[in-house]
Amino acid sequence: MTPLFRLVSKPWIWSWLAAFVVWFLTIMVTLGASTLGLSQAALTFAAFSVIVGIGQMFVITLGPGNIDLSVPATMTLAGTVALKLMNVENGLILSGLLIALVIGLVVGLCNYALIKALRIPPIIATLSTSFIVQSAAIWTNRGLRIKPPSVLAEFTTSNTLGVPNVAIVALLISLLAWFLLEKTIYGRWISAIGQSMPAARMAGIPVDGTRFVTYLFCAVLASVAGYLLACFSGGAALNMGSEYLLMSIAVVVIGGTAVAGGDSNVPGIWGASLFMFLVVSMLNTYGVGAGIRLIMTGLIIISVIMLAGRRAGMR
Amino acid sequence: MFRLSSDAMRLAIPALSLTLLLAAVFWMQPRAVGYVGLNLLFNLAVPIALATIAQMLIMAVNDLDLSMGTFVSFVACVTATFLRDAPATGVLILAGAIGTYAALGVIIHLRNLPSIVATLGMSFVWGGLAVLLLPAPGGQAPDWVRWLMTVKPPLAPMAIVASIAIASVAHLLVMRSSLGVLIRGIGGNQRSVERAGWSIVAARASAYGLAGLFAVLAGISLVGLTTSADANIALRYTLLSIAGVILGGGEFIGGRVSPIGAVIGALTLTLAGSFLSFLRISPDWQIGAQGAILIIVLALRLMLNRLEKQEKRR
Repeated sequence: MTPLFRLVSKPWIWSWLAAFVVWFLTIMVTLGASTLGLSQAALTFAAFSVIVGIGQMFVITLGPGNIDLSVPATMTLAGTVALKLMNVENGLILSGLLIALVIGLVVGLCNYALIKALRIPPIIATLSTSFIVQSAAIWTNRGLRIKPPSVLAEFTTSNTLGVPNVAIVALLISLLAWFLLEKTIYGRWISAIGQSMPAARMAGIPVDGTRFVTYLFCAVLASVAGYLLACFSGGAALNMGSEYLLMSIAVVVIGGTAVAGGDSNVPGIWGASLFMFLVVSMLNTYGVGAGIRLIMTGLIIISVIMLAGRRAGMR
Repeated sequence: MFRLSSDAMRLAIPALSLTLLLAAVFWMQPRAVGYVGLNLLFNLAVPIALATIAQMLIMAVNDLDLSMGTFVSFVACVTATFLRDAPATGVLILAGAIGTYAALGVIIHLRNLPSIVATLGMSFVWGGLAVLLLPAPGGQAPDWVRWLMTVKPPLAPMAIVASIAIASVAHLLVMRSSLGVLIRGIGGNQRSVERAGWSIVAARASAYGLAGLFAVLAGISLVGLTTSADANIALRYTLLSIAGVILGGGEFIGGRVSPIGAVIGALTLTLAGSFLSFLRISPDWQIGAQGAILIIVLALRLMLNRLEKQEKRR
């Protein structure tokens, strides 16, 4: 087995390849003039998709039917409440982060409580929670647009050694996720549950506890992403999470994680997130209208999964 | 003692929730009783019921359609533009759209794609096409569609008559025809259907094609009610249709679906909206209360299921 062959057989290589091709096609048009700017923008925006995507990936790994639809609402509520609490004061940055994390924990708790206690399919349980959370966000927001504390606004929009700070945060979270998934017993447990829940139960794995922690983890990551996104974009908006519903699912699957569960990978999330952003910016660079851009995005998503589909589908 | 079959039981729970909700609405707003009141309450149910049936057909083969909302929006845009100004072209476009749905079913099957992602990709495509057709809200409903949706049949209002008709047609199609059995069989055990000599590709293509047909009808009827269209007019139909199927007693896997239940589920969701406006809940919490109703109905279902099990044990 040559190293090259081993690389090609990795499930995440396709999303990276696709991202690279799109990146190359874009800088070709601008003759390399915007290479640095484009790369930094891609890393910044990909960072938010990576954070929510990782949470969604853990949930999807739990097996068929497991999906968290409350991600956008959680992002919005966490961003709104955190900014309101911090009230543009730099001293309250940590308490803001804390309240965002608490919101994530509460949403995750509600999600799993509904799934477990009422035996509702996760898709409907998280949908119901998201309705309530979204209402809470509307109620607290009331059309106000509070600015983030200056230090935080500065942090989320600037670079360290040319790398956007949010991308560094996303990288740290990815490393943690990779460690959890590959090196801890918890990671083995969620893969086992995803492959067969009855078998996992027979093997003595604490199925309920593991699923519970996973839903908590996903909601907490969504709230962190909401916190960062609200600071990055200079204030929380009620629709700020909406595009991340489809995005979080798309990056997981394009990244090579099996939709049927039980098999996930972290690097693919990065490739897919970069790819999703770069496609849109490439089409923008080519100067196509909104309608054509949407159609092209859709066709590209379908082509990518068709190219990688045979492998992902059979699992 | 009088015994219910498990299919009837499956249907009894959604029907009971609908009745309870309806009773609550009538109790709070006695003026809603009667022909006009019922018509107003269930006015928007027809397109939602059609979209729910479409989603149910996809769910019967163990797939999920995340592009339902954008597709219905796209159809609404076609109806308000081409179907009125150039009916022949309009019909051709809609037929093409149904064909695309069937082709998508074939591709999903042949390439073994996850339906969630394939339809996610398609949702961008339909959304883009809708934006191209109607960049700003506009267009106008064809006169015959408008007439069809506002006609006042004797005895029961249009919304009720249409819902019963949709439920009966879908029931005959899915529960009584051999194609329906085949489609549900794929959801139950694809391999055994294949071994029995049936063509899985053809069956899946027809499930998707039929879903496309029902979604097209949903878009047309929606424009008949709203009189004009917009590229984002039906985005919430994706989640509404999934919730409708589940409320109606359907399941995500195993081909266990119920067309009559799905229509009842759609009616329940529509009624929940009216119920909330009667409660005079602050608009901030309208969506939240809808979520709460969803939870309550599902809790009720669980409770009745438990009762049924206890009955059996006795």
